[in-house]
Amino acid sequence: MTVESKAAAVRFDNVTKAYGDVVAVRELCFTVEAGKLVTLLGPSGCGKTTTLRLIAGLEMATTGAVFIGDEDVTRLAATERDVSMVFQSYALFPHMTVMENVAYGLKISRLPKDEVESKANEGLALVGLAGYGERLPSELSGGQQQRVAVARALVLEPQVLLFDEPLSNLDAKLRRRVRDEIRELQQNLGLTSVYVTHDQEEALAVSDRIIVMNEAIIAQEGTPRDLYEWPADKFVADFIGDANLISGEIVDINGETARVAFGGVELVLPHRDMSKGEVGVAIRPNAVKVSTEPIDGPSINGTIGKAAYLGGHMEYTIETAVGQLFVITTDVLHPVVRDAAVHIGFANHGVSIVGNDVEPTHDDGK
Amino acid sequence: MNRTVALWLAVGWVGFALLPWYAIEDGFWSFVWLDGFPTDADYAPGIVQAMGHGRLWFLPIGLALVAPFAVLWRDKTTPSFAFVLQAAGIFGLAYTVVQGFAIGIQGWEYGFLVTLFGEFGDRQFGMGYGALLTSAAFLFLLTRGMAARGIVKGDVFVVGSIGGVISLVVAFIVFPISRILVSAVQDNDENYAPALFFGKFLSTKIWGIDCLTSNVGCGVAWNSLVMGILVGAGTAALGLAFALVATRTGFRAKKLLRVLTVLPIITPPFVIGLAVILLFGRSGAISTFLEWSWGIEPSRWIYGLPGIWFAQMLAFTPIAFLVMIGVVEGVSPSMEEAALTLRADNWKTFTTVTLPLMRPGLANAFLIGFIESIADFGNPLVLGGNYDVLSTEIFFAIVGAQNDQGQAAVLAIVLLSFTLSAFYAQRRWLGQKSYATVTGKGDSGVHILLPKRLKWLVFGTVLPWSVLTAIIYCMIMFGGFVKTWGFDHSLTLMHYIEAFSVTTSEFGLVWSGAAWNSFWTTLEIAAISAPLTAAMGLLTAYILVRQRFVGKDAFEFGTMLSFAIPGTVIGISYILAFNVPPLELTGTGVILVICFVFRNMPVGVRAGVAAMSQIDENLDEASLTLGANSFLTLRKVVLPLLRPAIVAALVFSFVRAMTAISAVIFLVSAEYDMATSYIIGRVENGDFGLAISYSSVLIVVMLSAILVIQLVVGKRQLGRRDPEQFSAQRSAA
Repeated sequence: MTVESKAAAVRFDNVTKAYGDVVAVRELCFTVEAGKLVTLLGPSGCGKTTTLRLIAGLEMATTGAVFIGDEDVTRLAATERDVSMVFQSYALFPHMTVMENVAYGLKISRLPKDEVESKANEGLALVGLAGYGERLPSELSGGQQQRVAVARALVLEPQVLLFDEPLSNLDAKLRRRVRDEIRELQQNLGLTSVYVTHDQEEALAVSDRIIVMNEAIIAQEGTPRDLYEWPADKFVADFIGDANLISGEIVDINGETARVAFGGVELVLPHRDMSKGEVGVAIRPNAVKVSTEPIDGPSINGTIGKAAYLGGHMEYTIETAVGQLFVITTDVLHPVVRDAAVHIGFANHGVSIVGNDVEPTHDDGK
Repeated sequence: MNRTVALWLAVGWVGFALLPWYAIEDGFWSFVWLDGFPTDADYAPGIVQAMGHGRLWFLPIGLALVAPFAVLWRDKTTPSFAFVLQAAGIFGLAYTVVQGFAIGIQGWEYGFLVTLFGEFGDRQFGMGYGALLTSAAFLFLLTRGMAARGIVKGDVFVVGSIGGVISLVVAFIVFPISRILVSAVQDNDENYAPALFFGKFLSTKIWGIDCLTSNVGCGVAWNSLVMGILVGAGTAALGLAFALVATRTGFRAKKLLRVLTVLPIITPPFVIGLAVILLFGRSGAISTFLEWSWGIEPSRWIYGLPGIWFAQMLAFTPIAFLVMIGVVEGVSPSMEEAALTLRADNWKTFTTVTLPLMRPGLANAFLIGFIESIADFGNPLVLGGNYDVLSTEIFFAIVGAQNDQGQAAVLAIVLLSFTLSAFYAQRRWLGQKSYATVTGKGDSGVHILLPKRLKWLVFGTVLPWSVLTAIIYCMIMFGGFVKTWGFDHSLTLMHYIEAFSVTTSEFGLVWSGAAWNSFWTTLEIAAISAPLTAAMGLLTAYILVRQRFVGKDAFEFGTMLSFAIPGTVIGISYILAFNVPPLELTGTGVILVICFVFRNMPVGVRAGVAAMSQIDENLDEASLTLGANSFLTLRKVVLPLLRPAIVAALVFSFVRAMTAISAVIFLVSAEYDMATSYIIGRVENGDFGLAISYSSVLIVVMLSAILVIQLVVGKRQLGRRDPEQFSAQRSAA
């Protein structure tokens, strides 16, 4: 007997959740394909945890419909949905042993006794905790407790597996390892998973796709690469990785590309459906070349405001005509000193046009 | 097929078609009805009443029980499922209740029904098993329908529980209290008489202020208020003094002080009054001593405000102490340390930082003392003399020669408005103004010690008071061994023999003592009501802590309300409400059980709320997402973690049922007499010896019950469970 997957897709159709006058999520539409891991990413209070709890059935949608597979589960209670969840606090039952915890859902589902036992053992083995069954949760380390929580959710072979910031109670080194373990398990078993985090690096590392949320709506969704390289707006650009946000102007559109002018230079970038006029430009800190010598191609002038040596790289704050730029270079052998006048050039990569308004554009979920 | 609907339909049909609809006169557990069932008109089930006895008004109930069959096999997400269940439930429940109220022992209950429909040729009695089961079925079909609409996350068990608790609170708190309001504006023949109400309400007997100008007594309302304020202020101050000694001094016998906190729980309040009489009464120990040594003539000065105040101070100071310990310990040491580093000395720190931070706690202790005092019945009864207060006047209005229900109702309204105002003030005003300085973060500071002069003041109060309390309890324990207090101090066991003798006869043991009857009744009623109280309280706590729904604030207020309703008010309201159909309960043991369950429910609720807030809510949610429904979650996850709270609630409600007097004294009957009312009866006859020896036996029984249970539970907690981890999980969330 093995732990298998009955992965099913999750679909939100115009889901709104309001508590009185406060709207926690507004008119959400998205789909999580079967067998994929999708991350809900955003700052605290953006509605990502509410979205997760709407999938679990721990919150009921005010309007709209939630589908798991082909079934409309909008009005089904958590008990009646084939969904398990790994909680931020793990929520291991302190009065039960590890084995009793893992077997809890199986017993509730009235499986035969020997099947309960073999599946629970299988689940514990899967997370590398075979032989820990008789311990109490309080006798395990944080990382082990976390894995018990995963095993407990896994053994039910849910259609959807939910993770609510599962790593936030672990220390930094453990976090990376457990993160990789979760991803590996999810891919090996082909589980549909929805993962909530506010840590953009964690999101980039584990996800097939990321849904970035801000102020109760979806700011942008796409693959990790999409989001990093082509952020839809200033919020996404700033939230995923750092970005210098400056304003520029599209002076000309030609096919797929546009000429954007700022600070006396012009760059040719994909226009991304923007029209002529004022736009925002997001520049990644590592897409900026800094040199005391003149640079080939378009460049602007600046003065080094702050310079910090961080071992593997240098960080500069540079005062320029377009505002302060935050810059990272890997050239630690030739640092530029404070107050030095520099020339600043731009890489082909890591500079993109974003909407000028801070209001994120509404995403219709495709 | 929907299992919940099927279950409640079956229950409904059993109630309607199989069991006697009306109450059985010989008691709830009597089975005389099997003889002559099902055709006898007194014992017939509803459906037979309609078909065989021409009681056609039962037919719509049957109709409402047929309707749900239409959706029994429907999927619960179809809109008609919810609609049919809700419609059938509301109609059935409302109709059952309305017909119960409309048709009484003399036909139509209300005049306008007679004018509307003409005289009615039939009549009916109170509801019995059949009616109760059918009503329950309607209620839970209704809640099942509401759950199907997605109310409270569509949780069938939770919606059902909320519906059940609300119905019970309405039936046994709201309904009786509203009966008081109705009675107040009626004359004794149940005619509407508002003029009579205003006459009674504004009478000088209640509001008179003659005592300011002449020698006549003031109105009872003023008497109660003055007493309440004096006792509230006194207990708050004394409680603070005790709390300071226990937490802020190097006093060695702190443990002993904690024992004080157990005393009020196990002492029927009037027993203190009794002991006070034995000390300061005309033939009391101290009075006699004063006469012997100083030639002071013994007088009746103790009967009246001084005596009541003194007895209530002794009885309620431990409660204030309990409140103030929490408050004093809640003041964060780092606040005081901050003040010290800012060059304040101990005295300045205490008066400018510590004391102001405790202000809400003091107000809270005052209000609790105030409510306890004006609701107290036993002490004013034994010590009142000519000082009449509301709680006793209510009693005399109804049992005395006057037997004036309207007067009792008016007095009850005045008393109720006092306690409810205090209760409201406590919740609204203090609820928002709490300076709780315990943050949950580690606070490693050390509390300052008391400034010298304050320390002497505090010790000077606490030590004599403790000695006095000790003397009082010695009186209670040994007073029963003296022949006639004040006159003949020879030692004797005669009171114990009179109360608790057991003789053997040809039929085996005979419990021939005078007290056995009420003693066993008390134990039985307390033992039945304790688990019910705990269950009600914990279920309510679960709903309050874990569920969110529209109207939760009102729900919480309603369930805590009975804390603020004085026992005498409950007693009179129960008599008014349950003496006539549809719920005829007076004179039964059931009404005592119900009274205790709803009087003591707030205790269980509070124990449950406190314990449940310690348990991470994610544990429940984890269980839900793992496929357990909320009932299973409650049973397998929440209850095992709540074990200490369950035991606390059980012990509390058991003991409170044994010590209660104020409501009970209205509700006891010859068959169901309780220990406390029996003792009060003996006191009124001047039979102090038996009263005091019975009281001491009660105290010993309760004390040993508490100790045994604490021993058992204490062991369990030491087992493999680590209480620390709950809080750790909580703070991690």
